[in-house]
Amino acid sequence: MKDGSLERPLLSVRGLSKFYGARIGCAEVNFDLYPGEVLGIVGESGSGKSTLLSCLAGHLAPDRGTVVYDTATGPRDTALMAEPERRRLARTDWAFVHQNPRDGLRMGVSAGGNVGERLMAVGARHYGDIRAQAIDWLGRVEIDADRVDDRPSAFSGGMQQRLQIARNLVTGPRLVFMDEPTGGLDVSVQARLLDLLRGLVREMGLSAIIVTHDLAVVRLLADRLMVMKSGYVVEQGLTDQVLDDPQHGYTQLLVSSVLQV
Amino acid sequence: MTEQAYNFAYLDEQTKRMIRRAILKGVAVPGYQVPFASREMPMPYGWGTGGVQVTAACLTPDDVLKVIDQGADDTTNAVSIRKFFQRTAGVAVTEATPDATLIQTRHRIPETPLTEGQILVYQVPIPEPLRFLEPRETETRKMHELEEYGLMHVKLYEDIARHGQIATAYDYPVKVEGRYVMDPSPIPKFDNPKLSGSPALQLFGAGREQRIYAVPPYTQVVSLDFDDHPFVASKADHDCDLCGAGHSYLDEVIIDDAGGRMFVCSDTDFCGGRRAAGHVGRLGEPA
Repeated sequence: MKDGSLERPLLSVRGLSKFYGARIGCAEVNFDLYPGEVLGIVGESGSGKSTLLSCLAGHLAPDRGTVVYDTATGPRDTALMAEPERRRLARTDWAFVHQNPRDGLRMGVSAGGNVGERLMAVGARHYGDIRAQAIDWLGRVEIDADRVDDRPSAFSGGMQQRLQIARNLVTGPRLVFMDEPTGGLDVSVQARLLDLLRGLVREMGLSAIIVTHDLAVVRLLADRLMVMKSGYVVEQGLTDQVLDDPQHGYTQLLVSSVLQV
Repeated sequence: MTEQAYNFAYLDEQTKRMIRRAILKGVAVPGYQVPFASREMPMPYGWGTGGVQVTAACLTPDDVLKVIDQGADDTTNAVSIRKFFQRTAGVAVTEATPDATLIQTRHRIPETPLTEGQILVYQVPIPEPLRFLEPRETETRKMHELEEYGLMHVKLYEDIARHGQIATAYDYPVKVEGRYVMDPSPIPKFDNPKLSGSPALQLFGAGREQRIYAVPPYTQVVSLDFDDHPFVASKADHDCDLCGAGHSYLDEVIIDDAGGRMFVCSDTDFCGGRRAAGHVGRLGEPA
């Protein structure tokens, strides 16, 4: 891990809580994410992973706590930001990869249009440039350039997911939120996607927060790991440390439940 | 039907006040869609119920009304709306663009340049330019509020990707006074340049969707485009076969079963005026 005294954290979360009525969504979450770092969040269904991610990405308003993001103009609490500002952040500095590519793509718009949308949203007005960038990004996620005018509905599940990643990374975000990016894909496609993601994250120096229930995914991608149960973070640390020497009973259960082939 | 059977111009005074308030707000914020309590009108939705309500709210007994449908004064929609106001308001009507003080139009702007003091009322089917890309009303309102108009260019991008050029020929999105993206009602894009800097007041009424918006006189209206695919106000590449005009918007008319066709001005008043002045086209007869 990087030395916190020298570098400012990109995202600093303190006491973040979200309640659904009397039920706990997530509670008292604290962590710092440094530039270039990948944080994995694991836990069973209903443990509050997705709630936490939605609060971080500004899709849900947290009930308590602060989410301080290091913007271009200095650290700001995104929960207190005005909506236009937060939305601008969401389409420039941030990216959100949904589990189901259908949630993150425009299914009626061609692959090129999907990738170009974020460029046009930040003011690109030159068709040739937009298209060249779209084709470049399709190449980076291993989609043939001749598919640029096809609609995502003509793509396989794995290609749709890769297209969604291209669409999100085209504006060069600094922080990527991923909600089970490999869920619903078969194992060989998963492996390729993970390989691709790992390459992109390293190459672009992205910070990422990856929510998943697949321990293999975090082992491969994440520098640091947070284990959640019933809305609380029960254990966090370096990925290898947590997975190889789990301290909390739930983490031990989780690690031992992974099926071996 | 007697004169006493209806209030002047069909609508009651309270309703007209409500519509005038919406119009004033629309004029104050050019291009912004103002919600209003659209009334049932004695005609089906899609026939111009929004335009009729705006016209009714603007009419005074001294007004001279012209109604056009796709540029023509003599088609069903135009004739029935004109008759409606002759009956319920008793106003004078005309087919000559310069003589009219209020023009209700369906999908065209007259070829004859408008002048100060004239009001042009458009009938609008779908007022939301982002609707076919983003079906949620809550979301489109937010996009207008925050000026997030990147999606509009996605539509134009798709056009070029699929057809090699911006194929949107009507309903071409515009930006009003550098702020709101507006649907100019389905006028052909040939008419888009006439929206900008017009001396006339332009009002848009959508009855079913319950929205009114406006472009005040001398307002800047810019058609959206790409730097390398600029906006082109296209028309059929012909001259009018009746009056010979080379700069007016044309309708294509099939005239026999052997592929014969003619192109005529869609603006009947403009075409008639030119023929009366002695211009003759390919298939026309001297007046």
